[in-house]
Amino acid sequence: MTVTVNDAISTIVNGKRVITKKPELLAPAGTLEKLKIAVHYGADAVYIGGQEYGLRSNAGNFTFEEMKEGVEFAKQYGAKIYVTTNIYAHNENIDGLEDYLRGLEEAGVAGIIVADPLIIETCRKVAPNVEVHLSTQQSLSNWRAVQYWKEEGLHRVVLARETTGEEMRKIKEKVDIEIETFIHGAMCIAYSGRCVLSNHMTARDSNRGGCCQSCRWDYDLYSLEENGEQALFSEEDAPFAMSPKDLRLVESLPSMIEMGIDSLKIEGRMKSIHYIATVVSVYRKVIDSYCADPESFEFKQEWLDELEKCANRPAAPAFFEGMPSADEQLFGVHGKKASHDFVGLVLDYDNETGMVTLQQRNFFRPGDEVEFFGPEIEGFTQKVETIWDEKGNELDAARHPLQVVRFKVEQPVYPNNMMRKELA
Amino acid sequence: MKKPELLVTPHRVEDLLPLSEAGADAFVVGEQRYGLRLAGEFNREDVKKAVELAHSKGKKLYVAVNAIFHNDKAEELDDYIAFVQDAGADAIIFGDPAVLMAARSVAPNMPLHWSTETTATNYFTCNYWGKRGAVRAVLSRELSMEAVIEITEQAEVAIEVQVHGMTCMFQSKRPLLGHYFEYQGKVMEIENRKEAKNMLLHDPERNNKYPIFEDENGTHIMSPNDICIIDELGELVEAGVDSFKVDGILHSPEYLVEVTRLYRQAINLCAENPEEYEDTKEEWLERIEAIQPAHRPLDTGFFFKETVY
Repeated sequence: MTVTVNDAISTIVNGKRVITKKPELLAPAGTLEKLKIAVHYGADAVYIGGQEYGLRSNAGNFTFEEMKEGVEFAKQYGAKIYVTTNIYAHNENIDGLEDYLRGLEEAGVAGIIVADPLIIETCRKVAPNVEVHLSTQQSLSNWRAVQYWKEEGLHRVVLARETTGEEMRKIKEKVDIEIETFIHGAMCIAYSGRCVLSNHMTARDSNRGGCCQSCRWDYDLYSLEENGEQALFSEEDAPFAMSPKDLRLVESLPSMIEMGIDSLKIEGRMKSIHYIATVVSVYRKVIDSYCADPESFEFKQEWLDELEKCANRPAAPAFFEGMPSADEQLFGVHGKKASHDFVGLVLDYDNETGMVTLQQRNFFRPGDEVEFFGPEIEGFTQKVETIWDEKGNELDAARHPLQVVRFKVEQPVYPNNMMRKELA
Repeated sequence: MKKPELLVTPHRVEDLLPLSEAGADAFVVGEQRYGLRLAGEFNREDVKKAVELAHSKGKKLYVAVNAIFHNDKAEELDDYIAFVQDAGADAIIFGDPAVLMAARSVAPNMPLHWSTETTATNYFTCNYWGKRGAVRAVLSRELSMEAVIEITEQAEVAIEVQVHGMTCMFQSKRPLLGHYFEYQGKVMEIENRKEAKNMLLHDPERNNKYPIFEDENGTHIMSPNDICIIDELGELVEAGVDSFKVDGILHSPEYLVEVTRLYRQAINLCAENPEEYEDTKEEWLERIEAIQPAHRPLDTGFFFKETVY
């Protein structure tokens, strides 16, 4: 999609155009640790799930206490916390909703992400200080429906993943409401909310958090003919599949920023801290770089390379440029290994001795080439030399998860910087 | 007891009379440009004829405008809804709020039925759409009998429940069959097969076969079994459910007429003589089984099946 300069979001400083309306970078977090990493690495807002009413029964979900701690932590960085409350509720879920929403308000969350009008209306009644954002579960894909939700008083709408860039631009032009849209991560192949495969196949309610990702399974395709069923595939073909490649719109950020999209959302409450740190820092850099100087902005290959280090599926722009092609689906493969392993989290660094104290997250040993990255540093690589444990014993390798080890690092690093290693 | 409406889905204009004679009270028709998973394609001329035929027999005709719209079609809605009103249809079925917006401006008196299939799961939300202008809510198929009854009791809008036929499990905007054939290097295959709607996905682990087809709205995957609760209507009639839907999609017109006839008789008996209905309900099921195609097993959907999450 072409980038159309939009003067409404920029100003001229010393003869140079700068973007004054920077979109919010919104990251997922399944745990308090992930929340802190997301904020530390540059997210403007983080969405989390609570104990109820969210769509990931299997994700780490926050208690009210943890939410409060997350909100307090985020506040130090000027960041906001939203809570996904986007189930389609059944009658039995109505009891307890008011208390739950009051709990969210007390915890200080800035907004909730909602699909069911039951929750929208109840929130406005009992927790009026909490913003209401319409979830992508409503599959919102046209401006008249957006106009409807604006008139209903919603603060923000999340568009359907099926919305194209041109459609987003028109929606933004036609309706004055905050627009949030996905930029990165795994996606439903179905219109969100319009899939009950899990209900039928595993008796788990997909629209209440029980989705078992049946759409990522393989199936055999037949036709029903008068003389019986006929296979529509041959032995050498992969089976029928509908697994989409993951969304990656990092190259489209300039056009999204110029459109005035308000919030750019990364998927993945189940993802690791390494994934969140990597993805958030790349998008942070691209947004900041474009907004500071759009005229001389150039997209760097290293940003794509960096995203590859944590990608566990091939990536594609999905609907942003129009209908995705067959190449944007996976046939016969179910993903790939990320090119790098997350091997350590920096706890401390001694400037005088050059010694890092690091928590092991994956196996590494002396001689390994490793790479450090984090918001305070330019990424760099070096070879690991002697490794010691906390008591000063020399180790042949860092073998144990969460083990605290020390070794020399050539350049300063900071707590929560991460160390990764390329896979052979 | 109040008899619920028997709502069916004709495949063609010429099906309306036989279905009326078989005892249908109302019909759903439409075209895939605006409506989802219809049994047949009714262009504007067909809709006009269908309205006339239905009204000549004292029946009602509803037009499905329940697709998920993008900007292009959302902007056509005024025109289509004005047409539906002029044609004299009795209601419009919608899921996308864009339809509500368009109807408010061009057809403010047109009755609206709220139907998103999978997301009509509690009474509060049914009533919410009622306050915004809907006169009826079409319930999600993934609800238990108990939940359906509770919603009916609490609802301020009429309630429609599907009692027979296949249900939709999945809708993607992407052409998933076309993509699979493309991956196999057989691009012509989908064009050749599009109209037939006879493809199935096999799920060997569950020994299920799911009908799958592609149209203007994307790819649709349907339930492996047909719901049939002709022998379990008692509680729903008693609770006052307003409309029973029999969906004939991917079945023959002749099958739909027979099923309609049997449900008509079963509903009448259930409302007029509940005891006799209870005593004879196995026979109703046997009559359906006798005409049921071998590749479509019957079950009771989610009426008696628990889901967890």
